[in-house]
Amino acid sequence: MTAATVPDTGLRNRAWAAVAAVTDPEIPVLTIADLGILRDVAITGAGDADAQAVHVVITPTYSGCPAMDTIAADVNHALHAAGFPRVDVRLVHSPAWTTDWMTEEGRRKLADFGIAPPSHHAPTGPVALTLGRRTAALVRCPQCGAPGREQNRFGSTACKALYICTSCAEPFDHFKAI
Amino acid sequence: METEYLLRLADDALILSHRLAQWASRAPQIEEDIALTNIGLDLLGQARALFTRAGEWEDAGRDEDDFAYLRQERDFRCCLLVEQPDRDDFAIAMVRQLLFSAYQLPLLQELSRSTDSEVAGIAAKGVKEVRYHLEHAAGWTIRLGDGTDESHRRSQAAVDALWPYTGELFESDDVTRAVAARGFGVDPATVRAEWDRMVDTVLAEATLDRPAGEPRTGTGRRGVHSEQLGYLLAEMQYLHRLHPGAVW
Repeated sequence: MTAATVPDTGLRNRAWAAVAAVTDPEIPVLTIADLGILRDVAITGAGDADAQAVHVVITPTYSGCPAMDTIAADVNHALHAAGFPRVDVRLVHSPAWTTDWMTEEGRRKLADFGIAPPSHHAPTGPVALTLGRRTAALVRCPQCGAPGREQNRFGSTACKALYICTSCAEPFDHFKAI
Repeated sequence: METEYLLRLADDALILSHRLAQWASRAPQIEEDIALTNIGLDLLGQARALFTRAGEWEDAGRDEDDFAYLRQERDFRCCLLVEQPDRDDFAIAMVRQLLFSAYQLPLLQELSRSTDSEVAGIAAKGVKEVRYHLEHAAGWTIRLGDGTDESHRRSQAAVDALWPYTGELFESDDVTRAVAARGFGVDPATVRAEWDRMVDTVLAEATLDRPAGEPRTGTGRRGVHSEQLGYLLAEMQYLHRLHPGAVW
């Protein structure tokens, strides 16, 4: 690491705080830090006002997530407002995002918002190819806590499935574990 | 070689995503409308990431829009299976999705170990998505095949019509052998056994017959396509060609 890229920790913390507060445009109660899609914030050229730049790395939840462009723009705005004029936002696919990276705080906020949070384990192993042997993980209604029944695995956004509560009959979204 | 290989993967995903998008507002029920367009959105996202990576390997300044909107029909490298029109028949859409997802899943599983970490990451994310696509298509193929006389007749007709296009999926050539030897890509012939196992399982459960005989070889990987691709591209590329550089 050259002297020019040695980060000023206080500066880097300030940049991180500004970026981490950016929210998901589809699920505004979650920040991109809660979601685990904010992967890195680095500062280069610290100490030289003209050269100083913030480099942010984000990763998409789903390949086709239409929110990524908005999130990148929001990160830019947030850093500009925090006094960082030079910003570079990079989208990186490796390693692939998993709901396991969602924070506990994020899961709690999701449930409070009315979306059943993802279970802790993304499905692995063979795909169920027959109708009888499917064993869906138990998803509880965020309103009353009773088990939900999957209505459609594909929901209002790529990351959610549509459920109906077996007790209070409320439809609700479930953030799928992937 | 890397660019050529990535364009095959990207073109498969792009063209199938467009076929699925054509179902918007036309699916048999609203939940299915959402499912088909969601699957299409996943594939479109995979295509965008793969085009971007292909452009980085090519290093000639082409981006995702150049690849998607400004190439001619003969420059596309997709397989013939994904071009096939639905003819407003839901059985065709579901059987085609089954045949393609059962190929894409083991392929992306292998590709997630690519020596190119960005390609590996794109593939690993794709695996998570295609699991859902395959499960969805398998479930519908079984319901349709083992459903009413009419749904059985139409899903068997879909299997028979699409089957000849499946041989192309597993064909090796100089490109696939070269990228596989470098650990960059996957020789598609190596995923044939897993495809056979999954497709046979679903067809049996669906009381559908696996067509006899070997499927014919394909020409899509060298840019010779069925008539339908031209119409699809005319619709898909129209806006960008009318307003070059248009962005949302």
